[in-house]
Amino acid sequence: MTLSLAHFLALAAILFALSVVGIFLNRRNVIVMLMSIELMLLAVNINFIAFSHFLGDAAGQVFVFFIMTVAAAESAIGLAILVVLFRMLDTVDAQELDSLKG
Amino acid sequence: MSALTALFYVFAAMTIFAALRVITARNPVHSALYLVLTFASAAAIWMILKAEFLAIVLVLVYVGAVMVLFLFVVMMLDINMDSGGRGFWRSSVAIFVGIAVALELAAVLFLYFRGASIADAPALPADYNNTKALGALLYTEYVYPFEIAAVILLVAIVSAIALTLRRRKDVRYNDPSEAVRTRAADRLRMVSVPPVVRTAASPGAPEGDAADGEPAK
Repeated sequence: MTLSLAHFLALAAILFALSVVGIFLNRRNVIVMLMSIELMLLAVNINFIAFSHFLGDAAGQVFVFFIMTVAAAESAIGLAILVVLFRMLDTVDAQELDSLKG
Repeated sequence: MSALTALFYVFAAMTIFAALRVITARNPVHSALYLVLTFASAAAIWMILKAEFLAIVLVLVYVGAVMVLFLFVVMMLDINMDSGGRGFWRSSVAIFVGIAVALELAAVLFLYFRGASIADAPALPADYNNTKALGALLYTEYVYPFEIAAVILLVAIVSAIALTLRRRKDVRYNDPSEAVRTRAADRLRMVSVPPVVRTAASPGAPEGDAADGEPAK
């Protein structure tokens, strides 16, 4: 079975599904949820690069570049929020972050 | 099965295994380290797709910076390793949803993209330089998005610092805005001090009176 575009897309699909399961499984731990989001973005990036290679268009790789920029910013801010949260509440349990619930 | 196909299967299996361990590990440190392995093997997959620059960037930026940040935060926060009893019901629902999503996506993708063999991909010229090609695109066609990305990174830096900066109570420091707004009247006060007349009768007392305290009106 020769390597085709579908192989790369299926790999990305499996990674994406795994990260969805990760968000389901670790609904208490915000850090692992952030890691799952990183995994999702990685799956999207694999899709972009696969299409870029098979279409012979480098624009897809430029978009991966931008996605990585935004992902880095997102994780930096997310972790900063997490640190502040831990200082205030002494926990990162997502189930206990309900002070806005009233 | 060519060597490239074998390499793809090896790295794909490693990626999926590592991703599985990321979401199932009890210890967040293990999750972070397995995420590093996921990124490294995904970089190898990107190498197969001839995206060398992004593969290197993935290792440098993600493994070198973002994952180190994750590890710092994981180790700085005192997280109890036991993430609570994840009930059988919830995890079975999660696994069902995951398998459904993966199967549906894979079925659709294999149905429509199976014909695109990697041999059919457009051939790159012999002197193709991935980094150079990306740079030429970034600095011409995508220069405004590139600048917006730079601004986003700057905002991320500023916000991350602003969120976590803690003002220390035990350190004395100058407030520059206070210092700029000061006036001469805050610093210097002219008082009229009456002359002190020393007499032989009280040798010690007048000195003390003149040295401290408000001058007598």
